[in-house]
Amino acid sequence: MEIIQIVSFGLVATILVILLKEQKPQIAFLLAIITGISIFIFLIGKIAIIIQTIEQLAFEANINIVFLETILKIIGIAYIAEFGAQISRDAGEGTIANKIELAGKILIMVLALPIIAVIIETVIQLLP
Amino acid sequence: MYDIDIIFKIAGIGIAIAFIHTILKQAGKEDIAHWTTLIGFIIIIFMVATKISDLFQTIRQTFLLQ
Repeated sequence: MEIIQIVSFGLVATILVILLKEQKPQIAFLLAIITGISIFIFLIGKIAIIIQTIEQLAFEANINIVFLETILKIIGIAYIAEFGAQISRDAGEGTIANKIELAGKILIMVLALPIIAVIIETVIQLLP
Repeated sequence: MYDIDIIFKIAGIGIAIAFIHTILKQAGKEDIAHWTTLIGFIIIIFMVATKISDLFQTIRQTFLLQ
């Protein structure tokens, strides 16, 4: 029952953050960041298991490994960008959070560009 | 959860700093109080930065971003 561990971890961290917020808001903010990081590090082990399964399925289905790598990179960028944006938004800096999200979207677009090009070329070849 | 001690560590440092800050302020040593706060903040930032680099390493390994 790992969910109970995570929920109690979050509750304890929340209580400590509330306790600290009156005296030292900056330290309370850092505490919130480190709570997020701890939960994320815990989750990433589970994500690795999922990715291993997907890789195995892709290997059995003879899918080109380049596509899978691109998808994994895109998922990684999405996770990191979301994480950073949420921290900035928690600190009350919505502008910086929006810029981080924009950067994430553009980098994902850059990674996806070769696949989109392949699809468009295939469609053009299909057309008479 | 094996990471719970860092949460308690940071919260403890924060509470201790708030305490020391109040006492020094009451004693009329404003400048020393501010230095205490700053040093405690730097210690905590160091811990957070170590943790963040840990997280980024793990993400790089997991999602094949080199």
